[in-house]
Order: sequence, then C-alpha cells, then structure tokens
Amino acid sequence: MSFVTVRDVWQSYGGRPILERVNVDIEEGEFISIVGASGCGKSTFLRMLLAQELPSRGAIQIEGGDPAKEPGIERGVVFQKYSVFPHLTVRQNLLAAEGFCTPLGFLPRKARKSANMRSQNTLDRIGLSHVADQYPASLSGGMQQRLAIGQALMATPRVLLLDEPFGALDPGTRLQMHDFLMELRAETGMTIFMVSHDLEEAFKLGDRVLVFDKPRWDPHDPGLYGATITYDFDARTGGIPYQNILNDYPGLMAAE
Amino acid sequence: MRLINRVPDRPLSVFLLALPFVAICVAYAIGSDIRLTANPSDKLLPAPETIWNTAMRLISEPDRRSETILFWRDTWSSLYRLLFGVAISATISLIVGMAIGLLPFMRSFMSTFVAVLSMVPPLALLPILFIVFGLGEVSKIVLIVVGITPFMTRDIAQRVLDIPTEQLVKAQTLGASTWVIASRVALPQVLPRLISNVRLSLGSAWLFLIAAEAVASNVGLGYRIFLVRRYLAMDVILTYVIWITILAFILDWLLKNVSKYAFPWMEEGL
Repeated sequence: MSFVTVRDVWQSYGGRPILERVNVDIEEGEFISIVGASGCGKSTFLRMLLAQELPSRGAIQIEGGDPAKEPGIERGVVFQKYSVFPHLTVRQNLLAAEGFCTPLGFLPRKARKSANMRSQNTLDRIGLSHVADQYPASLSGGMQQRLAIGQALMATPRVLLLDEPFGALDPGTRLQMHDFLMELRAETGMTIFMVSHDLEEAFKLGDRVLVFDKPRWDPHDPGLYGATITYDFDARTGGIPYQNILNDYPGLMAAE
Repeated sequence: MRLINRVPDRPLSVFLLALPFVAICVAYAIGSDIRLTANPSDKLLPAPETIWNTAMRLISEPDRRSETILFWRDTWSSLYRLLFGVAISATISLIVGMAIGLLPFMRSFMSTFVAVLSMVPPLALLPILFIVFGLGEVSKIVLIVVGITPFMTRDIAQRVLDIPTEQLVKAQTLGASTWVIASRVALPQVLPRLISNVRLSLGSAWLFLIAAEAVASNVGLGYRIFLVRRYLAMDVILTYVIWITILAFILDWLLKNVSKYAFPWMEEGL
C-alpha cells in the first residue's frame, strides 16, 4: 500500500473535463514535482490533494484512510502568495500554527511556554529571528515564503503541498529557497508535492516529476478532453532513469 | 510639466488648505456687511461678531426657565442618540456581515434580503417608527440604525469575501474551526474596515438624527435649529451648524486615529 493513493480521479467544471483518469501512487518521503502547460489542471490536482476541491469521480487517500472532504491538519500548504496572515507578526504567525487547532483559537496558558520555545526554534531555523515582531507586509518575498513554509511545518502535516511557492521570487532568492527547502526536507523526511512552472527547478528538487498534459486532443473542440499524467519521470539520478537498475538485480551484477 | 506631476510645496499646500475656509468667511462677512448697511435690523446674515456673542451666550448662560444651559443639554442628548445608534448599527452589521461573508448558508439566506433592505428609504419609515416606538428616544435611535445598518452590513460582508481564499484554506490546514477562522482570521482583518465604515456612515447618521429631532423632540441640536427657525434666529442656527460640523469632524478624527494605532499592520492601507 503506497502512502498517497490517487485512483481514477476525474474533475470537471460545468461539464468541461479538466482532469481525467489520474492514477498515481506516492511513497512516503518522496518529493513530487508537478509540471505542465498553463491550464492543464496541475493546480486543480493540488487543490484536490488539499481537499479544497473534491474530485467528481475517484478518490485520493492518504495511507488508505477515508478521502478528506475539506482541508485539514493532515495537509499543509504554501501558496504563491497570501499564505501568511497579514494581521499577525512573524512570531504570531508561527504560533497560530499551534493555537488555531484549539477550540477558541488561543493557546492555554500552560502550553504557551513550550509553544514559544518551539516557535523560537522555527524562527532560528528559517532565519527570521531578527524580524520576529514585524508584520509580514514589511518582509521581502523570500522571507514571506520562508515564514509560510515554517508556519506549515509547525503544524507537522503528513503531506506538504506547494503551489508555485517560488514563482514570484527573483532567481537568486529562488536558489536560496531551494537549498532551504532541501535542508528542511532532509531533516523532516516529509512527503512533498510541488507545482512548478520551472522545469529545471522541478527536476532539481523532485524525486519524481509528474507531467500533466492532454493525451487526447480534438482540434474542433480543444476543451473536450481533460488532462492526465502523461509522464512520470524518475528525477533522482540527475533525471536520467535506469542508471542504477542493475542494483535491483544482484544476479546480473555478478554475471557481469 | 504635466499637471498631474506638479506637487505644491509645504507653505503653498498649507495656504491652499486654508484658502476655502478663509474665502467662505470673507464672502460671508462681505455679504453680511452689505445687507446690514442697507438694513441694520436685517436677520438673514448676522454680523460675525453677533454670531460670536450669541455663541458665547449659548454655551455659558443657563436658560431662565429650566436653569440649565440648553446648548450643552442639546449636545449631550444628540450625541447620546447618535453614538448609541451608531454603536448598535456597528454591532449588528459586524455580526451579520461576517456571517454573510463566511457562511454560504447565511449568504443564500440573508444577502439578497439585506440588499433589498438597503434600498428602503429610511426617512420614509420615520412616521412608522414614530407610530410604533412613540416619540421618545427609541424611535430616533432606531431611525439611525435602520438608516445605516444595511449599507454597513453589505460592506462588511464584501470585505470578508475579499479575504483571499488562500488564507482561509491555510487556516484550515492549521486545524482552525469555523469559529477560530471567524474570530482570529476574519475579525481582525474586518475591524479596520468597520471603523472606516463608521466614519463614512456618521454623515448619514447625523442626517437621520437631525431629521428625527426636527420632526418630534423636545431637546437636541436638530430640534433647537428647527425651533429657532421660527424666529429667524440665524445667529443661533449658524452657531449650532458650526458646532455640529466641529463635532462630526472630531468624531471622524478620533476614529481615524483609533484605527491607526489599533491596526499597525494596515500601514498605509487606511
């Protein structure tokens, strides 16, 4: 049984199919990059993973559990923008990750001390201690995304979803964010899905790269068919698959 | 240089700021002088010093019959009605507006109703209010509430709808319930808007208050203006009008500063 199971998922808006027959199995701890042309449904796929939208057919399960009906604490998310709360300071944004799941939205007094310590650790980890008491509006784009990732990780989700998280950043900051994300991933071993427009980024970060495209195309009615996963690249060894295939067959190795 | 790129420097902008006020005072003084030289007992445009003397008399000398200074009594009772009405409106509009903005069920249930309600001309309801609530304080406060609540509610609901979906989804992925999203995500972001709403609707609130006081009352700023109109006491009327303007300006200034200090994250957004 794989960690995330996507079985025969269809999605259509107003009778127009966007995605059709999407099937994929994801192992725990894999980093999945999702690429594709604009409007091919990769963000739709991410929203369905998030359970912000429900598929019109099929099901998405985490570890064989019931398909989620609304976004919940199992799935963390970072969007391209608007991911942090503008009315909370950087520290409060991190604490929100712990406080929001209480019935009234505030941490009880007892829990506050340890939560403060954890938030301080995260602040140090994401390198925002020096701006802990500023509001997000005064941070740069890269800092805001670091905060958004830190906030999502504070809630310790089982799956982290990234919707073009570095799309609005300049190339230099983007490279820093890649390193930051790879370090975090090495530390937490979390399963990550990332939608990206940047093929280089997708292959650099991902273990697998899923390509969304339309397998059927009606020239008289381009919207007739939806997209699906047309390629599932193994990006682990520099994007060139089967480099280590002999490792799987010790007998062949010996024969050679 | 294009006109849109020309910016006045500091002294000039102060001068421009003062210009309309000075112009109106000068125009009034000239007009008043012309009329008074033609007819010293003219009552329509009393001389500025007459207005000043009347103002001083109004704010310091008690009424002979009731032994109170009517000016301050009028002020307090009008302010009481106004602030009470606006406070009720703000509370109702905040609760209903947030519910409409956040809950699809409430949106289906209330949003068209509120939209239709905001089309009802409040002053046309005044007779009904007098019949139902009598001529006392209640009908005046209710008129203010009826007059400004629908508009404020619609605006609050719209502001909640304007909160990016990303934020609401994010809050859910952090485990927030509907109540937590309402109280910790939507409410803090809507409160500055509520204050600017109150600022905008204070004008209408004054209008409704003075209309209600003019029709049936025995104390209040609007009542006094319409009472002394019978004696053509322009000096009293002008004193009261200026005083109402000052009060409205102070209220507006206070609210502006409250939102500046209470919501530092808004920065220049106000």
